[in-house]
Amino acid sequence: MDNQPRLTLHIPEPPARPGDHPDFGGMKLPKAGETARPDVDAAEPTMRDMPFGMIRVLDDGHHAVGPWDPHLDVDILHRGLRAMMLTRAFDDRLFRAHRQGKTSFYMKSTGEEAIAVAQSLMLGARDMCFPTYRVVGWLMARNYPLLDLVNQIFSNAGDPLRGRQLPILYSARDYGFYSISGNLGSRFGHAVGWAMASAYKGDDRIALAYVGEGTTAEGGFHEAITFASVYRAPVILCVTNNQWAISSFSGIAGANETTFAAKALAYGIPGLRVDGNDFLAVWAATQWAAERARLNLGATLIELFTYRASGHSTADDPAKYRPADEALQWPLGDPIERLKGHLIALGEWDDERHAALQSALEDEVRAAVRAGEAIGTLGKSKPELASMFEDVFKQPDWRVIEQRREMGV
Amino acid sequence: MPVMNMVQALNNALDEKLGGDPNVLIFGEDVGYFGGVFRVTDGLQAKHGLTRCFDTPIAEGGIIATAIGMGAYGLRPVVEIQFADYILPAFDQLVSEAARLRYRSNGEFWAPLTVRTPYGGGIFGGQTHSQSPEAIFTHVVGLKTVVPSNPYDAKGLLIAAIEDDDPVIILEPKRIYNGPFDGHHDRPLKTWAGHPKAEVPEGLYRVPLGKAAVVREGRDITVLAYGTMVHVALAGIEEAGVDAELLDLRSLVPLDIEAIVASVRKTGRCVILHEASRFGGFGGELSALVQERCFDHLKAPIERVAGWDTPYPHAFEWDYFPGPARLVAALRRAMEY
Repeated sequence: MDNQPRLTLHIPEPPARPGDHPDFGGMKLPKAGETARPDVDAAEPTMRDMPFGMIRVLDDGHHAVGPWDPHLDVDILHRGLRAMMLTRAFDDRLFRAHRQGKTSFYMKSTGEEAIAVAQSLMLGARDMCFPTYRVVGWLMARNYPLLDLVNQIFSNAGDPLRGRQLPILYSARDYGFYSISGNLGSRFGHAVGWAMASAYKGDDRIALAYVGEGTTAEGGFHEAITFASVYRAPVILCVTNNQWAISSFSGIAGANETTFAAKALAYGIPGLRVDGNDFLAVWAATQWAAERARLNLGATLIELFTYRASGHSTADDPAKYRPADEALQWPLGDPIERLKGHLIALGEWDDERHAALQSALEDEVRAAVRAGEAIGTLGKSKPELASMFEDVFKQPDWRVIEQRREMGV
Repeated sequence: MPVMNMVQALNNALDEKLGGDPNVLIFGEDVGYFGGVFRVTDGLQAKHGLTRCFDTPIAEGGIIATAIGMGAYGLRPVVEIQFADYILPAFDQLVSEAARLRYRSNGEFWAPLTVRTPYGGGIFGGQTHSQSPEAIFTHVVGLKTVVPSNPYDAKGLLIAAIEDDDPVIILEPKRIYNGPFDGHHDRPLKTWAGHPKAEVPEGLYRVPLGKAAVVREGRDITVLAYGTMVHVALAGIEEAGVDAELLDLRSLVPLDIEAIVASVRKTGRCVILHEASRFGGFGGELSALVQERCFDHLKAPIERVAGWDTPYPHAFEWDYFPGPARLVAALRRAMEY
């Protein structure tokens, strides 16, 4: 016993805090095109190296290279760029609206736009996404009306969710977008169940679900993958690893020990690790997993490696817990700049058109916000008060009927 | 004497316990370097060290489970669940494990953990940042449930909870972290400055678990409240112009039944006020106890004023929140019965 070392409790810490220089030195990134592409119907044991590579298509010169190049039509690239830029313009404008007191809360997806946009465009209209609060790009890619988003954010009389939810916790069934809750990871299993139902009914629809890397610690994450694996559910399970869960770096979720894609290994499903700031790579990996699911070969776990360039929400200042310039130093760049660079390299885009599009999208967002403001910002306009008592159950019971009367509505 | 808001008072309690007892440690989501989303653990990691106050994975069940294991080893873990709305993944650990470990092991093992969690509405938090889940804990035998209403009590109750050998949940009313709130959301914000209960002594002191406070003495009607609602109750009593006695329960389990019975036997009337939805709420238990023990003294039916039986709606926060106007109506009904 005397020769034994004393035990010590290990608490991981990030490489850099405010005042330090951002440090991504420990990050080993394969080159674009370097990671192999298994056949879609390959057996899972043959691809157990995938969680430790990284699917990357766009190289530093903005060219698409390697086996994962999805060879997309230029039209798709343009639609993707537009939806990503719209997402960012919308986020910036509505974040400011919060600062101006027009609503109670907002969360941006800055730096992560490629993920939801590419996956939304890639999957079919009848497939279902089980979103987090940082994938409004899914709706932007499907031309969801901006005014409906604004009205939801203002909880006003035009709010499609009738004022029931915190801003940005949208629900849009017709757009393949499941209802968001503030709880973390609690819908990962819903996606698996939804996919199992599609299989049970003999349909061809698949599901896609998101969690952040922090949420992989929740039991709901592991329960969902277990069910997905056991029942070979046609579902794509995505971990958006944006490096930060509010103030906690990804090491608090286990990133110092292994990759998040590698969680798949223990469950016997494929685990892909993808450059989440590379529109083409996200598309290609999603397409691979979707084809596999539709072939009845079951679930895939995809780690989307990215960086949360904004704060967690309007309620935190990221400069309090990480270097203020860390986002600018992110080795995988900015997803919009990279797709823009690719289109320019293809000869299909230029700075002038980009600036014109940016300006047009800002106008579109401004018009939607003005229309929402005309209905009313938070508290200035409300849905009908009696609606507060509806939908607790399909048929109201005596309690809410009495209470509604007590309120006089 | 130092003047503190509730966040500072809680921080001060944690600071004192970390400094005085090496078996106390703090963990939870964002509580380490960042100091917690409500700043309650601000500076504690820097002062006391990385292993005394650290961040956890996002896994409330894991937080409570490891706290129970540490408690069984002999530590006194104080964990934060970032919002009470997010405590439910830990419910099995609280109900089936923390609350019963002592009983089922015949006293061989126990779980002296303290769970701090901000609760309640009035901050436009929507249905996942506003709930008041006290009744689902008070129903569980083996759990203590505590709700401070001011900085002085917050510090004293937290110290008593940490020193308690059983699991204690402290529900922190986040609406009054930075100032008392009487339910009049359209009036200017108040801070704790100038409030007598914002004078918080340095050093260790305890507010015993299971002791209610008489906030206001009165002869005609008893009002039972806790947390934010203590301040709403004071406003409502003044506006109704009744000679009401206001009890701040402070601790729901253990409950100061003697103080409640003594007051209602004196006044003969009782109104219960809580923010949680009404049906199955803690007010139902209070109402039953008062009826059982004070029946011969009652001059009017017991009234409950509570949140509606709906989820907490974002747009209708102030229509849901049981403010002074609804208390005034209940006080008048009871007085005119």
